[in-house]
Amino acid sequence: MKNKVYSSFDEAVAGIPDGATIMFPGFGPPGIPRNLIAALIRQGAKDLIGICNNHGALGNLMDVGRLIETERVVKWVCAFTAAPHPSRKLAFEGLYEEGKIEAELVPQGTLAERIRAGGAGIGAFYTPTGVGTEVAEGKEHREIDGRMHILEYPLKADYALIRARRADKMGNLQYRLSQRNFNPLMAQAATTTIVEVEEDILEPGQIDPDQVHTPCIFVDRMVRIPPAPEGIWDAPTRT
Amino acid sequence: MEKTPLDRQAMCNRLAMEFQDGWVVNLGIGMPTLCSNYDFGDKQIIFHSENGVIGYGPLAAEGEEDLHLVNASSQYVTIATGAAIVHHADSFAIIRGGHLDATVLGAYEVAENGDFANYKTAGRKGGGIGGAMDLAVGAKQVFIAMEHSTREGEPRLLQRCNLPVTAVSVVTKVVTTLGLFEVTPEGFKLMEIAPSFTTDDVQAQTGATLIIPDNLVEFNA
Repeated sequence: MKNKVYSSFDEAVAGIPDGATIMFPGFGPPGIPRNLIAALIRQGAKDLIGICNNHGALGNLMDVGRLIETERVVKWVCAFTAAPHPSRKLAFEGLYEEGKIEAELVPQGTLAERIRAGGAGIGAFYTPTGVGTEVAEGKEHREIDGRMHILEYPLKADYALIRARRADKMGNLQYRLSQRNFNPLMAQAATTTIVEVEEDILEPGQIDPDQVHTPCIFVDRMVRIPPAPEGIWDAPTRT
Repeated sequence: MEKTPLDRQAMCNRLAMEFQDGWVVNLGIGMPTLCSNYDFGDKQIIFHSENGVIGYGPLAAEGEEDLHLVNASSQYVTIATGAAIVHHADSFAIIRGGHLDATVLGAYEVAENGDFANYKTAGRKGGGIGGAMDLAVGAKQVFIAMEHSTREGEPRLLQRCNLPVTAVSVVTKVVTTLGLFEVTPEGFKLMEIAPSFTTDDVQAQTGATLIIPDNLVEFNA
């Protein structure tokens, strides 16, 4: 059996080159690959392109906001290029306004579906989302069944950094509750998928096949998150 | 007589009263989340969240947060009995596919033709679309909850939006600090008015001509 279990996050992200396109899941605190992001920052790859719902969150927890602060990111594809409230601005917004980072603002459902399409081999798709808005500018329009749609293209990545609750040594994954969010989609749309796992990695067969959320064929490397403070674990945050 | 605008909870309660038994509803970030505080009695409402939660309950008590479960506003919530979890693409298949009965969103502006703007303010390069554009085109009913005027006293109910729109011709009802409005083919119809305000007061703070029906009633929530 091919060994997919790595002993450290640094080892798991060691080969990520400058210029790589990387997908980062997470919605609110759950499902963010905080340990892999920290390792990527230590690793130092630059000129990165990120695909992520947001560009970080307020507070001190490790997330993509910390990576963006290093100014090693050239482009960010996301559903939020501004904070919901001007008082909650993050580093990204300043860099974006100064033109130091390029961004593509995508409606969240279109972002999810573009990633799904990327992993599913779909060439493009038509959606009614964004018709009549700035998002539709320059895109192909087509009326289908009496309703206007716009054409959207898939998103793929060189790497996806994933956080899962449970895994077996083959790489079958399970997520818990809203931790799932973008994780299964991104695991499928990336050439190389690296996972941080919250529980001890199980022997093959210990996860019921009917309960696998991401099949092992989409997983390349896994690292078990060590206890704090070495490993990064969520703590309750109040928004 | 002192004129008191409606408070946020009363505004959201009024929209929540529109929800029918068995409806699947998505509440936007901010004020709309207050709709879940309404006492629905025997009605079962399934609250859907963009991150794939189908059926969440009240906010989790401090110290009892489940760190794997938040709503669309990133608040730790409880799971409802009979809930289900899907990934993000399936969650938006629910939204875009027409399986949501209603969404309640905040907005900066709503136009009398049903357009609304809620993702980008004037003078900012960036915007926060989130799930709003998908919710707006997918939900069967699009309800808006917002202040009637800006802090500078400018109207938010307009003939046409000034800001970049989130979606066109989708809004069905608006609740503001001054009352409940229906978006009709002829324009905004004032359905219920905040106590102590006159229709002239409301018209004066509105950037479109209001339709005042004979059966106008006092706001009740």
